[in-house]
Amino acid sequence: MSTLAHEHDHHHSPSGLKRWFFSTNHKDIGTLYLIFSLMMFFIGGAMAMIIRAELFQPGLQFVDPQFYNSMVTVHALIMIFGAVMPAGVGLANWMIPLMIGAPDMALPRMNNMSFWILPFGFALLISTLFMNGGGPAGGWTMYPPLVLQLGDAFPFLIFTVHILGVSSIMGAINIIATVFNMRAPGMTLMKMPLFVWTWVITAFLLIASLPVLAGAVTMLLTDKYFGTSFFSAAGGGDPVLFQHIFWFFGHPEVYILALPAFGIISTIIPTFSRKPLFGYASMVYATASIAILSFFVWAHHMFTVGMPIKGELFFMYATMLISVPTGVKVFNWMATMWKGAMTFETPMLFSIAFVILFTIGGFSGLMLGITPVDFQYHDTYFVVAHFHYVLLTGAVFALMAAVYYWLPKWTGYMYDEKLGKIHFWLSTIAANVLFFPQHFLGLAGMPRRIPDYNIQFADFNMISSIGGFAYGLSQLLFVYIVIKCALGGKKAKAQAWEGAKGLEWTVPSPAPFHTFETPPKLTKAMLEY
Amino acid sequence: MTSIFKKLIQVIFLLTLPLGVIAEWGLNMGSGVTPISQKVYDMHMISLTVVTVIGILVFGVMFWSIFHHRKSRGVKPAQFSHSTTVEVIWTTIPLIIIIGLAIPATKLLIEMDDTSDSALTVKAVGYQWKWKYEYLEDDLTIYSNLDEKSVELSQRVDGVNPMEHENYLLDVDEPLVLPTNTKIRILTTANDVIHAWWVPDLGWKRDAIPGFINDNWTMINEPGTYRGQCTEICGKGHGYMPIVVKAVSMEEYKTWVAEKKESQEATAAASNKEMSMEELMTKGEVVYKANCLACHQANGQGIQGVFPALAGSQIAIKPENIKTHITHILYGKNLMPAFGEQLNDGDIAAVTTYERNAWGNDTGDMIQASDIKAERK
Repeated sequence: MSTLAHEHDHHHSPSGLKRWFFSTNHKDIGTLYLIFSLMMFFIGGAMAMIIRAELFQPGLQFVDPQFYNSMVTVHALIMIFGAVMPAGVGLANWMIPLMIGAPDMALPRMNNMSFWILPFGFALLISTLFMNGGGPAGGWTMYPPLVLQLGDAFPFLIFTVHILGVSSIMGAINIIATVFNMRAPGMTLMKMPLFVWTWVITAFLLIASLPVLAGAVTMLLTDKYFGTSFFSAAGGGDPVLFQHIFWFFGHPEVYILALPAFGIISTIIPTFSRKPLFGYASMVYATASIAILSFFVWAHHMFTVGMPIKGELFFMYATMLISVPTGVKVFNWMATMWKGAMTFETPMLFSIAFVILFTIGGFSGLMLGITPVDFQYHDTYFVVAHFHYVLLTGAVFALMAAVYYWLPKWTGYMYDEKLGKIHFWLSTIAANVLFFPQHFLGLAGMPRRIPDYNIQFADFNMISSIGGFAYGLSQLLFVYIVIKCALGGKKAKAQAWEGAKGLEWTVPSPAPFHTFETPPKLTKAMLEY
Repeated sequence: MTSIFKKLIQVIFLLTLPLGVIAEWGLNMGSGVTPISQKVYDMHMISLTVVTVIGILVFGVMFWSIFHHRKSRGVKPAQFSHSTTVEVIWTTIPLIIIIGLAIPATKLLIEMDDTSDSALTVKAVGYQWKWKYEYLEDDLTIYSNLDEKSVELSQRVDGVNPMEHENYLLDVDEPLVLPTNTKIRILTTANDVIHAWWVPDLGWKRDAIPGFINDNWTMINEPGTYRGQCTEICGKGHGYMPIVVKAVSMEEYKTWVAEKKESQEATAAASNKEMSMEELMTKGEVVYKANCLACHQANGQGIQGVFPALAGSQIAIKPENIKTHITHILYGKNLMPAFGEQLNDGDIAAVTTYERNAWGNDTGDMIQASDIKAERK
């Protein structure tokens, strides 16, 4: 492998459109993924702004209920499949080869393809909003029979899901192939950085769960066009079967979004605590147990469908059990900070906010896991608050932390620390004003996915909307900071952060187009994350 | 805006106040009006208290560390990286806590699951977008639509203010009347897509799934009116199909059933009589608002690409299409549900007449109940 890479040593890096369209370079593809996900973050965010504007006060002011429903649906699909997942893959592309001392991803051409089919997938999805009958409007969960009432957009929705699935599966295969075959000599599995570990486990989750989703949506397709009745009671099928299959994918999907975030936090907290990660081995085992358990808890998303009580009990116990390994992770991060020498640069601030706010989302998750009480919480704003705490102040905050952390390595310049901190505080305050009152709304009885509500919910909705607009606007600052950093600023050293460990900090900043064409010699100090 | 600031201040003082007060402001779950809803509330408070205490401890330790173990205080970082004892402890303690939560939760779930020995059975059937209630023992069926005032206030037009209506989107034309202190079995199912039946004060919600029947029970202790909503997205009218339960004493319930049956028979008989154009149009407008407006809109323009316009529609103006017009209403077509079962001949005659004469359709056609009867198979 290394001799092959050597032959390319003296090539100039390609330029222009060709560089980006035909790229097989893990850094370029990583950049493409990250830029794409940021664009999707803003498109999905614009939809969230429409939702919050409509909910600003009771009554219908801006959009019709059908369009509102499609905003709710497409916002979720774009944020999950277009923003958070590609951002995770982008980071994996950039950082995994650098972290394990590999010259590139194992399957570079497939890497190019898994990225470049994404824009087409999302073009299909977004085009449905302009079709006869409007875009998908039955929720991102696509439950039949409602989803079958969709007009011309229906087949496009199904093919979008297929395309995104294909892209993610290829990305996952690539990560597994890279990590298992291309580690530098001496980089044993239990010496890999935790970010690499969490991504390998995520990749297995992707490969195991996405084909299940593809199967479920294909069954929808045949139910609609080819006369099958998988999900129609009138034809001997069962609409709840879809929910079981969907959530067998859907729950691991939650961890597909969360595990890379755990890896990021486990990288950043030790750096700024100037202290090795506490309980490395238990972190790996906790991540693996979460991943395995995630296949046995799916029906907690559907406690109200009327399962037999034994089923409800099983899924309640399994769900509560997940809080044990998750707790271990939180305690380990705390112990890493304990007796460290902490500084609070932007990545560290986002990471600390992650630990606190993700844990709050975990607490409401534990409450939701208790079946008899979930009958009250289910499908209310309490659930909306819960999953936005784990996905926005959880996954997205971790991604923000990662961008600030590795931006010096990517661009060769330090970002503007003062602006970064302002962005952090604006985001954190706004996100809490946005989502914390939604707990109250849910407990007071406001269902989710409604375009209009009773006047008793008016005050908290207005507060929540104000938080929403503030959060949306603050993210423009993030774009400004990133662009400013890409264009110039204080030069970043190879070791951009004083306490940072790992191979990525041994290469210059910005990281050259080709790195580790010959495997690095590992020293013990390099591996003390 | 002032009420917002008031709420904000209330939230700030939240932690200093007893929990009962908090519920009044809509910050917490209510304890409801049934023995089960009280137990569900207690379970909620137990788990909320447990996570709050864990949160205070964990975040407290973290903030202590953030304050003391910072580089600016000149500390040197320790280099320890594991401790088996500590790791075993913080795996075991959470395990014990969740077992402690699982035991009462299991007991409660078993109790909620027991629908035996109920004195009365009501079948709630979800429709896009209304509820049908069948009192199985009393052989009575009612349809429950969003109230007219909410329909008017929920249009996307200028000059309507939902703040005028206390029960905006939480009121219906026909509430579900139930006797108090009686174990009532409530079956949920649906006619078209999945809905969910939820009245928070009863302490549970359950999906209404086409082709399947879920059973649940309740026993309401206090007379009163309890409001809830559909909680499973079911299309554009999802936010507009509330559930209202009116709990009355057993005697009042029996009187209500008798009166309801009598009035339904009277309406059915009256619906067969000939009506004047004026009567047809007045009645037609009421029926239209309750059943058709959600899709075809107040101005008859529908929603382009989803729900066809009635104003100027070939079916609603061409005389040779009267039959088609009536059968569409009776038996439905594509997304349009069948109304034959829900509406009597007089209502369908009136709404057909209304649709053929409103919004400039002006056909002058008068459809009578007998015309509808002729089209029923």
